[in-house]
Amino acid sequence: MAKMKVEEQVRTKARMSGSLMLIEALKAENVEVIFGYPGGAVLPLYDELYKAGVFHVLTRHEQGAIHAAEGYARISGKPGVVIATSGPGATNIVTGLTDAMMDSLPLVVFTGQVATSVIGSDAFQEADVVGITMPITKHNYQVRDISELPKIIKEAFHIATTGRPGPVLIDIPKDVTTAEGEFDYDQDVHLPGYQPTTQPNHWQIRRLVEAVSQSKRPVILAGAGVLHANAADELRQYAEQQKIPVVHTLLGLGGFPADHPLFLGMAGMHGTYTANMALYECDLLINIGARFDDRVTGNLKYFAPKATVAHIDIDPAEIGKNVPTKIPIVSDAKAALHELIDQQGKPADTAAWLAQLDEWKRRFPLYYEPEEGTIKPQKLIEMIYELTGGEAIVTTDVGQHQMWAAQYYKFNRPNRWVTSGGLGTMGFGLPAAIGAQLADRSATVVSIVGDGGFQMTFQELSVIQELQLPIKVVIVNNQALGMVRQWQELFYDKRYSHSLIPNQPDFVKLAEAYGMPGLRAKTEAEAAEVLKQAFAIDGPVLLDFHVRADENVYPMVAPGKGLHEMVGVKACEELSQ
Amino acid sequence: MRRIITMTVNNRPGVLNRITGLFTKRHYNIESITVGHTEIDGVSRMTFVVNVDDERIAEQIIKQLNKQIDVLKVSDITDQAIVARELALVKVAAAPAIRQEIYTLIEPFRASIVDVSKDSLVIQVTGEPEKVEALIELLRPYGIKEVARTGTTAFTRGAQKAATSQKTAFII
Repeated sequence: MAKMKVEEQVRTKARMSGSLMLIEALKAENVEVIFGYPGGAVLPLYDELYKAGVFHVLTRHEQGAIHAAEGYARISGKPGVVIATSGPGATNIVTGLTDAMMDSLPLVVFTGQVATSVIGSDAFQEADVVGITMPITKHNYQVRDISELPKIIKEAFHIATTGRPGPVLIDIPKDVTTAEGEFDYDQDVHLPGYQPTTQPNHWQIRRLVEAVSQSKRPVILAGAGVLHANAADELRQYAEQQKIPVVHTLLGLGGFPADHPLFLGMAGMHGTYTANMALYECDLLINIGARFDDRVTGNLKYFAPKATVAHIDIDPAEIGKNVPTKIPIVSDAKAALHELIDQQGKPADTAAWLAQLDEWKRRFPLYYEPEEGTIKPQKLIEMIYELTGGEAIVTTDVGQHQMWAAQYYKFNRPNRWVTSGGLGTMGFGLPAAIGAQLADRSATVVSIVGDGGFQMTFQELSVIQELQLPIKVVIVNNQALGMVRQWQELFYDKRYSHSLIPNQPDFVKLAEAYGMPGLRAKTEAEAAEVLKQAFAIDGPVLLDFHVRADENVYPMVAPGKGLHEMVGVKACEELSQ
Repeated sequence: MRRIITMTVNNRPGVLNRITGLFTKRHYNIESITVGHTEIDGVSRMTFVVNVDDERIAEQIIKQLNKQIDVLKVSDITDQAIVARELALVKVAAAPAIRQEIYTLIEPFRASIVDVSKDSLVIQVTGEPEKVEALIELLRPYGIKEVARTGTTAFTRGAQKAATSQKTAFII
């Protein structure tokens, strides 16, 4: 814990209101931006914010605020801070809390609550927020007394950002924000029930080093844990040292350079043939910071059937949860990789294995059939990749556009990719882009969204316009809930039950209504032209791309199938391109 | 398989809700829970009895419980030498004519009569759940009006020499 200066200590011992305490605590935590929405129960707090001149982003819906905080946390590595009022304000952040919990993003969320004297009486705008959010937060609190407030805030920041990161919620009754107490923030966090293990066990590391030296077909499955631990350099160093190929989970993209010869692509339901076959054929699987989500493993019965499984994870409960693990290593990914690099066992003899993988990579690449007179969504992503030199921060919703972005935008460095993985939240991409842009002002931020998800949170265009954030909003418009439509085509006999939306609003006019330029394209040539125009504009732009509507995401592992049973795989000699 | 899990937790509002919510969310079935204060101020002990399919689920329960910030320590004590007790109150229909018979019946169980009315008795029994079960079964023919059971509370014995996977038979 950083020691405060003497004058700060004097200030922090002063008596003050709960609201002011909160502001002072946020300053002590170096919070740069708050995402929020005021309301009756948090008015004292907002009055203090006004007086203190804290940078606060007023989103147009609380869901927007919390997704923006997630985008901010993902890119900055710092906790995203959210304020919502009681009742409806608090329940509106439930989706974002669940999303952050699933994807291990550090958030500290403050909700207003009715006064302690009326809690439990079904008072106006009362909701049992602690009860509601208990299963979707890493931890939550209700402040019962002003004297607890500084300690609770300090604990919340500690819990959110250490161990496996996650959202922490503090519910503050209105009378606590107006009550006065002594503000002492210069205290140690003492939580005997929370002591995350960050350093690996040497014996287990030794076992892994031996397993690697004996293995012929090892593979690393790298998840977002690598990014949370800021361990991308170590991962590259280790993989190169031991000559072990790497596959990524959806959320892990960018943890290992996409153009590296040892990279096999994303694994899982829409992963590459090579990545999935590597997981199927490997004799040693080293999972670093991934949680063996079912979208990555496919049917567990056929997952890595020939492999010894080693799992490095900071959360012991993830080890052995889905896949039996022979070598468990509870540790921060960076610490474990350091130790693995230092121990430098005999590298695996992977020459034949790498040759086999290269052959698969060459023969079974990701592919799509080019077509005149329309926009292929895959081509659209490739064009964005080329125009941004692969340097943009890309945020997405969930669905087809998300999978195409994951497949065709090559992430060569960490913290350029913001997507909703575990929860698969429509409406995530646009507000997340706001947070990502605020975390890295100089970055080019592209928010790739579907026409469905966009309409769940498009009111946040107002924030983008107001703050003049130069975000390029790319709507991959196929006039459908694309992934739902794809599943209905493949598994429900083309019964498109409520997934087609032929009458979309005029998104270009919508952009204009929000005071930003809107551009539309219906062919590849038009797409190239409007993209060029859009990236030349130094401000927000909305782009509406009418893409080929019946395009599907391939390759695909159908639900219930093993990773080796992919469909939509073609050998390069069969391709017309 | 039946597992006995004990843990110490911070005695804070909502902790029980946090724990039981975790069981609900993950679809683990709880047979019984007991909670009470410990020798340390602000720390409570909980004893759970759960029925799980295999070791893996038992391990996962323990790990998930350990993740809770308010949980201080969790142990699966099923395979250790333990002291496990339950208390039950049983209200039995008992006309005066058969009271003597019931007294004789409960005596080997070291149970006691804690309330008598015109047509019923309340019997208190303490011991391992199997013993409580056995007594209730014996009393059933007389007409049980009400049963209140606390669920198992347990901890490990001071000496673990006898610890085996074979569960020790209960001694009152």
